[in-house]
Amino acid sequence: MKRYLLQRSFMLLPTLIGALTLVFFLIHLVPGDPIEVMLGETASATDKEELRRNLALDQPLMTQYRSFLTGLFQGDLGRSLYERTGITDLIRARLPATLELTLSAMALAVVIAFPLAILAAIHKGSWIDRGSLLFSLLGLSLPNFWLGPLLMIIFSIQLGWTPVSGRGGLDHLFLPSLTLGMGMAAILTRILRASLLQVAHEDYVRSARAKGLSEKAVWLKHTLRNALLSVITIMSLQFGSLLAGSIITETVFSWPGIGRLTVQAIQTRDYPLVQGCVLVIAISYLLVNLLTDIVYHLVDPRVTYGK
Amino acid sequence: MESKLWFYLGLVVLTLLLLSALLAPLLAPHDPTRQNLDHDLRIYSRENPLGTDKLGRDLLSRILYGGRISLLVGATTVVISLTIGLAIGSMSGYFGGWTDQLLMRLVDILMAFPGILLAIAFTAVLGPGLDHVILALCLIGWTGYARLVRGEILTLRERDFVQAARALGSKPGRVIGRHLLPNLLPPLLIQATFGLATAIIAEGSLSFLGLGVEPPTPSWGSMLNDGRQFLLVAPHLTTYPGLAIMITVFGLNLVGDGLQDRLQTRYR
Repeated sequence: MKRYLLQRSFMLLPTLIGALTLVFFLIHLVPGDPIEVMLGETASATDKEELRRNLALDQPLMTQYRSFLTGLFQGDLGRSLYERTGITDLIRARLPATLELTLSAMALAVVIAFPLAILAAIHKGSWIDRGSLLFSLLGLSLPNFWLGPLLMIIFSIQLGWTPVSGRGGLDHLFLPSLTLGMGMAAILTRILRASLLQVAHEDYVRSARAKGLSEKAVWLKHTLRNALLSVITIMSLQFGSLLAGSIITETVFSWPGIGRLTVQAIQTRDYPLVQGCVLVIAISYLLVNLLTDIVYHLVDPRVTYGK
Repeated sequence: MESKLWFYLGLVVLTLLLLSALLAPLLAPHDPTRQNLDHDLRIYSRENPLGTDKLGRDLLSRILYGGRISLLVGATTVVISLTIGLAIGSMSGYFGGWTDQLLMRLVDILMAFPGILLAIAFTAVLGPGLDHVILALCLIGWTGYARLVRGEILTLRERDFVQAARALGSKPGRVIGRHLLPNLLPPLLIQATFGLATAIIAEGSLSFLGLGVEPPTPSWGSMLNDGRQFLLVAPHLTTYPGLAIMITVFGLNLVGDGLQDRLQTRYR
């Protein structure tokens, strides 16, 4: 296990450095002058030079890259141009809100998908099964930026059951989580149903039934447990989509997380902050993938690195 | 039987959408950019069946023209991404060795980002615009195709007909083009259908964030963003463009599922 963990973590490093390098050069090598974009064409030459010096953009590109990496490994993401504070502090203040939203969206997706997929698999071909298929197709077709306002119109404006926006108690959390988690719920329902039906044909499930176990025990203890592997993979892959999707959902519901911070940074053309937010989301995604591989290895020790 | 019906329903939906986008100049009752401030935020009238927006522009006309943008961005992104992915995936899978290692590490790095995130960062830096949106979506879009093609080629290149072609002295280009490509088409077609749906949602997301096409050009995502301020008084401004995106993506998912059922079982 230790060896696997070390190998897997070691392989993360080149991808991580590659991702950091990509973001750095993406922001620094695009055509046009970022200083002019930030200050506008009418800004004086002195102001432009001062900002260029402050951001160290007058240094050679490789020097900038080195100091970017050095700062990053010391946990320093630079300073925000607009907020005039450290980017690490800004992100640290917003991170709990994004984590709260993504984790609750994930939990809600599981709560919706698991019963639906299990019922659909048990009653294959029935109306429940057809309903689950329609749900997963519709769920995949509903973009966050429409589902959010739609739920807001129904639940907040028409029925008055939930607050329109902002962060607070559970009532504030419900609509943003549902918006963000809907796509994941749709995919999970689909994958889990297919996986359950595949496992249901295995010999050990037949043996479990033959030795007289109840249907509940056969499905929950033998079928579901073995169908979970594919679900873990999907959940990990989807976590990245949740993090990225939080940019839209947080904007729709004015949720004070990293997603909204990213959009604010884009609107104020605060490029160092955009860079910091993108990096934090990408690093979180990579770490979640690493964590999934470890969980995968724990659940099924046959999975080893490179095989 | 039932899955066949869903597939045909998807095809009908997509054909209708394609026709409405192509024939938008004929079908649209008004110029989609013409403002009429006396008729702003109307919900319904005989003149404007789907109502008007805050500047009095006809919503039906804007949705018809907006469909052109969505389909154009989606189709262009898919064609460019597929071409790049096919070229890189073929090289990687066919030659193997360090070429494969190098190209797949590049794919790993790009896939380390949730797709839309890099597109948001890219368009944020480059500024809004149709070409920037397509460029941003292609930046990551090709990786999925490359990985798929590489995987398929790794399996196919050991098959007898490929070994025979190589033994007869066929050059790599011919083996890939004549023998491997026809076998790659079914999985690529399926991936392209879902890729089109993803690209349409991504374009909508970028336009929603103000990073897509520039006003006054209508786009479903930007129409939704404009309508957000009027949720209380004019919910139709968000409802119709949202429905348009949902129906398009729903149709594509139905067709993609149908193709998966038909092609994958037939070719495997």
